[in-house]
Amino acid sequence: MKEGYELIYKRPKTLLDKRMHYCPGCFHSTMHKLLMEVVEELDIQDRTVGICPVGCSVFAYDYMDVDMQEAAHGRAAAVATGIKRMLPDRIVFSYQGDGDLAAIGTAETLHACNRGENFTFIFINNGIYGMTGGQMAPTTLENQKTSTSPYGRNSATAGMPMKMAEIVATFEKVYYVERVSCNTPANTRKARKAIKKSFEYQMQSRGTSFIEVASNCPSGWKCTPIESLDWIKDQVLPYYPLGVLKDLGKEEVK
Amino acid sequence: MLQEMIFAGFGGQGVLSMGTILAYAAMKEGKEVSWMPSYGPEMRGGTANCIVNISDQPISSPVVNEYDVGVVLNQPSLKKFESRVKKGGILIWESTNIKDAPKRTDIQLYALPAVELATNKLKNVKVMNMIVLGALLKLKQIVKKESVLTALKAALPERHHHLLPLNEKAINLGMGLIKSP
Amino acid sequence: MGEIRLMKGNEALGEAAIRAGLQGYFGYPITPQSEVIEYLAKEEPKYDYVLIQAESEVAAVNMMYGAGGAGGRIMTTTSSPGFSLMQEGVSYLVCTEIPCLFANIVRGGPGLGTIQASQGDYFQATKGGGHGDYNMIVLAPNSVQEMADHTFLGFELADKYRSPVLLLSDGSIGQMMEKVELPDPKPYKPNKPWATVGKPKNRERNILTSLYILSDDMEKKNIHLQAKFEKMEKNEVRFEEYRTEDAEIIITAFGLTSRISKKAVDVGRESGIKLGLFRPITLWPFPKKRIEELASKKEVKFFISVEMNAGQMKEDVMLNVYGKKPVYFFGRFGGIIPTPEEILSAIKSHL
Repeated sequence: MKEGYELIYKRPKTLLDKRMHYCPGCFHSTMHKLLMEVVEELDIQDRTVGICPVGCSVFAYDYMDVDMQEAAHGRAAAVATGIKRMLPDRIVFSYQGDGDLAAIGTAETLHACNRGENFTFIFINNGIYGMTGGQMAPTTLENQKTSTSPYGRNSATAGMPMKMAEIVATFEKVYYVERVSCNTPANTRKARKAIKKSFEYQMQSRGTSFIEVASNCPSGWKCTPIESLDWIKDQVLPYYPLGVLKDLGKEEVK
Repeated sequence: MLQEMIFAGFGGQGVLSMGTILAYAAMKEGKEVSWMPSYGPEMRGGTANCIVNISDQPISSPVVNEYDVGVVLNQPSLKKFESRVKKGGILIWESTNIKDAPKRTDIQLYALPAVELATNKLKNVKVMNMIVLGALLKLKQIVKKESVLTALKAALPERHHHLLPLNEKAINLGMGLIKSP
Repeated sequence: MGEIRLMKGNEALGEAAIRAGLQGYFGYPITPQSEVIEYLAKEEPKYDYVLIQAESEVAAVNMMYGAGGAGGRIMTTTSSPGFSLMQEGVSYLVCTEIPCLFANIVRGGPGLGTIQASQGDYFQATKGGGHGDYNMIVLAPNSVQEMADHTFLGFELADKYRSPVLLLSDGSIGQMMEKVELPDPKPYKPNKPWATVGKPKNRERNILTSLYILSDDMEKKNIHLQAKFEKMEKNEVRFEEYRTEDAEIIITAFGLTSRISKKAVDVGRESGIKLGLFRPITLWPFPKKRIEELASKKEVKFFISVEMNAGQMKEDVMLNVYGKKPVYFFGRFGGIIPTPEEILSAIKSHL
């Protein structure tokens, strides 16, 4: 470091120095970095195990320098349950998209939450099936166009977008639920804080933490990264508002 | 010596536990045993049964079609198994429940009013199966009475151990029903 | 000598798993195997294994994937429709090379079927079951004793080859009671450097995945797996013969029907029919060589495969008889168990 300069930002050592395959502007890259920053900050690299889903982040293990298992589509919560029960002192997180967590894997998600499994869900909700080319997801907004809802999601036949954070918050043994985003620097900082808080709760064996990320998909949404941020602000957040939905830790303090 | 036996009756009459206790007693005497139950919906409302094989040699098939001994406690069981007792074999039937008596002449038939005796003499219909088992023990010295008592103790949960004397009484009563083995 | 008990096959399986050092059980109730999870639930307070009654067989097999990936000695048990639901997971477990033990206590199918005993899942067990090119070692116990012994053996083979192993039993063996000499407990010392347990500073991260997006990589993985399956075929073939030395007719049967056929052999011999029994203990790897040898014997007139299905193993027998002798079939299915007398009269119809 040159004299008089101060290092204020760098890649966490827990994030491998690799070019990511994600599309420009996609929040996956940001979320990977935030997760690995927290692992580095808490110094838990040697006891962290992650689960990647089927979806765009199927290759998350190419970037995160921690032990990881790749789960079958939708089953990350069951896999996380298996790992955490065998190794209760490890920090375990599942990293899942909306098709994975809220469609094919709904049963596993809800039952892990109902049992209060002591791991962290990182739920990347971008309202679309990104990897398979932009099909409708359970979280696609009403009237939003996708390749399988070319005239917009028709709630009369496809139902309304599922609010997973709200649903899981109703389970008694779910300890902490927050919806975050990375659409502004301030929200990104909040997202990082949420991850950190969930890992700390996990270390205290508090039960399930569920962090939903109101995420984007510039490619699937067929817009520029900047436009995707506008879509989040104008369309997504009114339906999926940010904030803490449940924090039993905070209630204890009161 | 291989003994192939079937115990059959309504669910709740204690046919499965009769077979279990006999198998356990035989195992305690160092014999080879197999106990094959009917299971599932067949047991509900219909007939429950178990095939018990006891032998000095390892048992090949736990499933057999003809039996040395048949013990039947209700009419449907008699109908099903009367024809499947081996020639010269033994058929014990419960004569309070079964109205149409067996008709075969090439096997030994023993009618036992075990339900009536258990109800009137022992004031507990549940030990009916032990009266039947007692009679069987007298007819065929498959295992010692002492082994059966040991088996009962092992099979009954601790909270039912106060019923052991009653069960022994029932076995004795059953043995007394058979005059000449 | 180990402890002797009178036990149901399902209970013996559960007790043997505990004695083999079980660390995790993940299952879902289904008749006729629920006694396994019930037994393990009853014994749980005395030991420190993890037991989860999952929300489905799909979840159970994926909990196995996680727990096995984390290095545990783990097991699940189910019955036919449940094992069908688990097939995707089995395929993943084979590809990621996670050792674990499955038991399928088979009931009659197809569909929801019956809860009575059957051997109708032979194809599913021996020819893959899930997607992709793979095999599992399949052990077919025919007694309560072997339910216990094969549980021990199954765990050992799973670790030896880093691969799932399947116990293919049936409802009758699961439900029947016999005398069983329980193996002495064996402390389990895992050696699984590949497990995802958290990455220490001095090693690369461990990744368990079955995703090989480049065909070249996927082919390499397949070649590696096939080499492993070849080793299993070379080392793990197990079978049993009964009175085959001078037999003119060879009954082939596995599991429960091998017990019934044994009786048929004795009864048939009493009436002068020279019967013998060939019983594969491993259904995969199948005892191909020995079948061919028997088929080459001059005195052997024909084979008859006796099964509680529509003749699934008969196909493997025929393949290895190489057309040298006729191969007949006798079976009952849908939950019906054949009797020794039925088997004999089927044989007599071919004399």
